Amino acid sequence: MSKDSSATLRDSLSVSITVGAYGVAFGAAAVANGFSVLQSCLLSLLTFSGASQFAVVGVIGAGGSALSGIATASLLGVRNSLYGVIMAPRLKVRGLRRILAAQVTIDESTAVALGQESRGDEAVRKGFWYTGIGVFVFWNLFTLAGALGAQAMGDIRAFGLDSAVPAAFLGLVWPRLIGNFERALAISCAIFAIAMTPILPAGLPIIATAFIAIAMGLKK
Amino acid sequence: MTVFWIATLGTSLVAFALKYSGHSVPDRWLSHPKIQRVNALIPIALLSALVAVQSFSEKAKLMVDQRLVGLMVAIIALLLRAPFPVVVLSAAVSSAAVYRWF
Repeated sequence: MSKDSSATLRDSLSVSITVGAYGVAFGAAAVANGFSVLQSCLLSLLTFSGASQFAVVGVIGAGGSALSGIATASLLGVRNSLYGVIMAPRLKVRGLRRILAAQVTIDESTAVALGQESRGDEAVRKGFWYTGIGVFVFWNLFTLAGALGAQAMGDIRAFGLDSAVPAAFLGLVWPRLIGNFERALAISCAIFAIAMTPILPAGLPIIATAFIAIAMGLKK
Repeated sequence: MTVFWIATLGTSLVAFALKYSGHSVPDRWLSHPKIQRVNALIPIALLSALVAVQSFSEKAKLMVDQRLVGLMVAIIALLLRAPFPVVVLSAAVSSAAVYRWF
């Protein structure tokens, strides 16, 4: 293996293991919010997009309808479409391979792939596949571990799981708060959602904030 | 079918459709700067709302409990540039401690 090729593999593996380990938090969060171990694992296998998965269990756990859970998760999944647009001309795959590529098109696989550009097209493709498949494997294994762990706990509050879920959301949003505009948006949406919680049906206060984001994004 | 099953399968179906469509549509459809910008803002809005609702409500009721401590510890951990697992774990441990001993 050439030096560049092993560097790509190293990048991919380190991302796969660290990101995959968050799967513990997801598995635990899903079970804490009333999903079965099987449903938690299916979300990781089939949805396979961290923020969307956390969102759907969060909305349903807060008493939201299936539709508001799906809608919130889907709005968070839109960015994977954009990653697909970026990756498609670099991967040039069809048929079954395109289906596999689509399933592992997430933040991390796209980021690692684009991070390999200085090493050439082949490294970009390898970075995408190694990271996509690597995260997939570890994310699913750790989801199972987290779900089984939470199931064994009983009162989840005694283990702090009720706080682990919002902390996980906060950890996901934190790196995106790069400027004052983003921070102001985050704080307004948090306040809006809390203020609307006693008034609107569960789930809607969360989805409604997407429209705040759309309005602010189009205006700016 | 329960709400959990509908949510699990529905989310999965839409998630895959979104991923696959990105690989299949002409890129000029989605590369408009306004779409890119809105796309960067939507996760900020939804995730911030989720942090708030999951920290301060139970069903439709607002409440302040041990989760406030967990949230504050998570913020401190993030300000100290702690990695994600440390953020989640420190929030859980502090919240569990408050729940058990107060």
